[in-house]
Amino acid sequence: MQPRATRDPAWARWLLTAVALMFLLFFLVLPLAVVFSQALEKGVGHYLATIREPNALEAIKLTLLTVAIVVPANVAFGVAAAWAIAKFKFPGKSVLTTLIDLPFAVSPVIAGLIYVLVFGAHGWFGPWLIAHDLKVIFAVPGIVLATAFVTCPFVARELIPLMQAQGTDEESSAVTLGANGWQTFLRVTLPNIKWGLFYGVILCNARAMGEFGAVSVVSGHIRGVTNTMPLHVEILYNEYNIAGAFAVASLLALLALATLVLKSVVEWRQAGVP
Amino acid sequence: MSIEAHGIRKKFGAFTALDGVDLHVPQGKLVAVLGPSGSGKTTLLRIIAGLEFPDPGSGRILFHGDDVTDIPAGRRRVGFVFQHYALFRHMSVLENVAFGLRVRRRRDRPAPPAILERAHRLLELVQLDGLAGRFPSQLSGGQRQRVALARALAVEPKVLLLDEPFGALDARVRKELRRWLRRFHDDIQLTTIFVTHDQEEALEIADEVVIMNQGRVEQVGTPQQVYDNPSTPFVYQFLGNVNVLRAPALATALRPGGVAAATQEGLIYVRPHDIELAPHDAGGPGLSAIVRHLHAAGPHARLLLEQVQTREQVEVEVSRSELSGLNLKVNDLVRMRVRQVRSFAEDFAI
Amino acid sequence: MTPARTSRSILPGFGLSMGFTLAYLGLIVLVPLSAAFLRAAGMSTHDFVAAVASPRVIAAYRLSFGASLAAGGVNMVFGLVVAWVLVRYPFPGRRIIDALVDLPFALPTAVAGIALTSLYSAHGWVGRWLAPLGLQVAFTWTGVFVALTFIGLPFVVRTVQPVLQELEPEIEEAASTLGANRWQAVTRILLPELAPSLLTGFALAFARALGEYGSVVFISGNMPMRTEIVPLLIITKLEQYDYRGATAIAVVMLVSSFILLLLINLLQKWSRRYHAI
Repeated sequence: MQPRATRDPAWARWLLTAVALMFLLFFLVLPLAVVFSQALEKGVGHYLATIREPNALEAIKLTLLTVAIVVPANVAFGVAAAWAIAKFKFPGKSVLTTLIDLPFAVSPVIAGLIYVLVFGAHGWFGPWLIAHDLKVIFAVPGIVLATAFVTCPFVARELIPLMQAQGTDEESSAVTLGANGWQTFLRVTLPNIKWGLFYGVILCNARAMGEFGAVSVVSGHIRGVTNTMPLHVEILYNEYNIAGAFAVASLLALLALATLVLKSVVEWRQAGVP
Repeated sequence: MSIEAHGIRKKFGAFTALDGVDLHVPQGKLVAVLGPSGSGKTTLLRIIAGLEFPDPGSGRILFHGDDVTDIPAGRRRVGFVFQHYALFRHMSVLENVAFGLRVRRRRDRPAPPAILERAHRLLELVQLDGLAGRFPSQLSGGQRQRVALARALAVEPKVLLLDEPFGALDARVRKELRRWLRRFHDDIQLTTIFVTHDQEEALEIADEVVIMNQGRVEQVGTPQQVYDNPSTPFVYQFLGNVNVLRAPALATALRPGGVAAATQEGLIYVRPHDIELAPHDAGGPGLSAIVRHLHAAGPHARLLLEQVQTREQVEVEVSRSELSGLNLKVNDLVRMRVRQVRSFAEDFAI
Repeated sequence: MTPARTSRSILPGFGLSMGFTLAYLGLIVLVPLSAAFLRAAGMSTHDFVAAVASPRVIAAYRLSFGASLAAGGVNMVFGLVVAWVLVRYPFPGRRIIDALVDLPFALPTAVAGIALTSLYSAHGWVGRWLAPLGLQVAFTWTGVFVALTFIGLPFVVRTVQPVLQELEPEIEEAASTLGANRWQAVTRILLPELAPSLLTGFALAFARALGEYGSVVFISGNMPMRTEIVPLLIITKLEQYDYRGATAIAVVMLVSSFILLLLINLLQKWSRRYHAI
């Protein structure tokens, strides 16, 4: 029940709502709809055939492998960083917090480039890697590293403010009651941060699966070997296999929708907790 | 300007905030609307200001006899001070005070130098002129309160409405500021209503107190009237401490010359300072009681007694000298007599 | 850097967590990033300037900065409207729309890229209505702008929305009791209150758009001098094994991003300035 003093006239409400919805229609709803429409344009049979094709399956496998490495690594990093930053005082804390956010400010293409500069044939470790017959760039390790770079802030930046807000009282009491470090973390801290952690994992996972620019630079686009799902979409699209490209893209779009649903569930859950 | 409210009703969904409220505030008075939270007092104030509107067809608001019920807040010429001040954070103190003048229509708007001059004068009036360039976040709570007041006065309101004006301040500042408000009101003579849940505050500075409960007005009167002659059990309990006892014991407890209003069956209400104590062997009227707790810090001594017959707990307040004359200790027997009681029929009780 | 030096804590694990954090951050982020700067530092000034200021690169800067600014600006306006509607006007399906706003964060950029291209190309659902009007979106500057608008859409909404939500209704009521009409209350009270978050959202959207690659490359057509964005140019140089050229341009972009990051931090400090109440 809004008092009249802060209520806008009806025409203004209708107009603004219409403008907002139109904007979202053209920039969000239609792009999403076109993905599924194009994916099924040649029928369900073609759709299924495209995503069951060996190269597509290899791409899916590589994407899952990357996520399976990157997400746990970033969870470990996020938890460690949040523990150090939120539970202790030390000089340079704000610098560290800024540095953790740094990858968000870096273009994905540059994220790929810097790994080429370090591990590429002409990079710092290039000659050494070649001498030992190891490949990072144009191989899976490069894809994993570039993805880790791009996604490393996600978990940390969810957890840091959360754990800062929660303070150290509960952990301190646990320690005075005789719990050791791991017990304190697993039994006191973790239950308090589980939703924030989950939230960070969802976002990290979505970005890791969908990363395109950084991976594009380091992968070398070797079909069936160093192709992730987004790269496979690009290849199919550039070969004018539009329906095929959208078929694989629709899997990624479903992932995005699932991410939004999970994210909203977590947000509503948190909003419901007093 | 006088303010009248007739038969105001307001529902928020299923909750009845105001259930037929009538109010008359004479020109130039400082009136306190007092009640517990949820009593509807703030809603009443907001309806008077034009920030809320009574339920359709339910009642009228009159300013100086003119019906303003359908006039929006901006054109009622009311100065409203919000509980948390609602200062504009991005504006300096001076800009906050000048805002009401700057948003006037061009033909009513004073020239910019005149606006600034008036804003400065108002800041002097509330003793804040040195802080004109500060932002609200740089002020103390009491200072913010006075900026809010100056801002409300800038539009030359006909009435001043204050919603829990001292609610967000700490105890010491609150006392200072409410005395200041009383003096200030005496100087400017503006019809003023303030809402509060603090009975001490209302009784100390208001000309008249309106006591509200559950969307209704329980009693209206001067502070002395409402304190000495509460018309309902609610008012009795809300204004100061009170002992609620069962009536039959009363007959023997009344002090010679004491006043007992309507001593029929039911509950009786006795203020702690309306009980006097005598040595237990003194004889005469009175009830026997055992001292259960003694608290003698401060100007008055507080005792918790247990009446021997009924085992009811009774709170008593006596002067320190009276107490030392009795030389009481915990678990001593004592005789208590009542100076003044009130009783209400039982179905009246809250 | 021991906690004992600054303030004693009875909690364990500082050394372990701090050590791991620094090692991970160093290996994954800082060392590789420094590679770009060290490589660029190894170039002569002449080579560096030649690499970052050739006409083709300048054209790419103009496109990237120009289209990012335009997209950020459009998002500032529409983002404010969307946030306003989501916070102030209840309508059926509001929660779904609210959740959908984050789609550009969640949808892989390559998917967004092909979807927007398909939508806005001359035969697409939207493009076929624009083509008769002489408005070509795909493979033009407008296409780049559309993709960057999509990518930056959530930023303004998500920075303004919480501020709008926590704004006390009392300040609008105060303005109204002081005689302000609704328009004055909005322009003089609400917009100034929202300005810091609006600008923060704009800066975030702009920074994101500057580095964006995946959603743009499909719709832009990638014509040198015309629709070639800076990140694409970096990739082109890499594919031609011009590492030095790519690195030099990357350093320019990195410095721009860091300046923006600094600006965003200052903006957020500024937005907290009045909020000590």
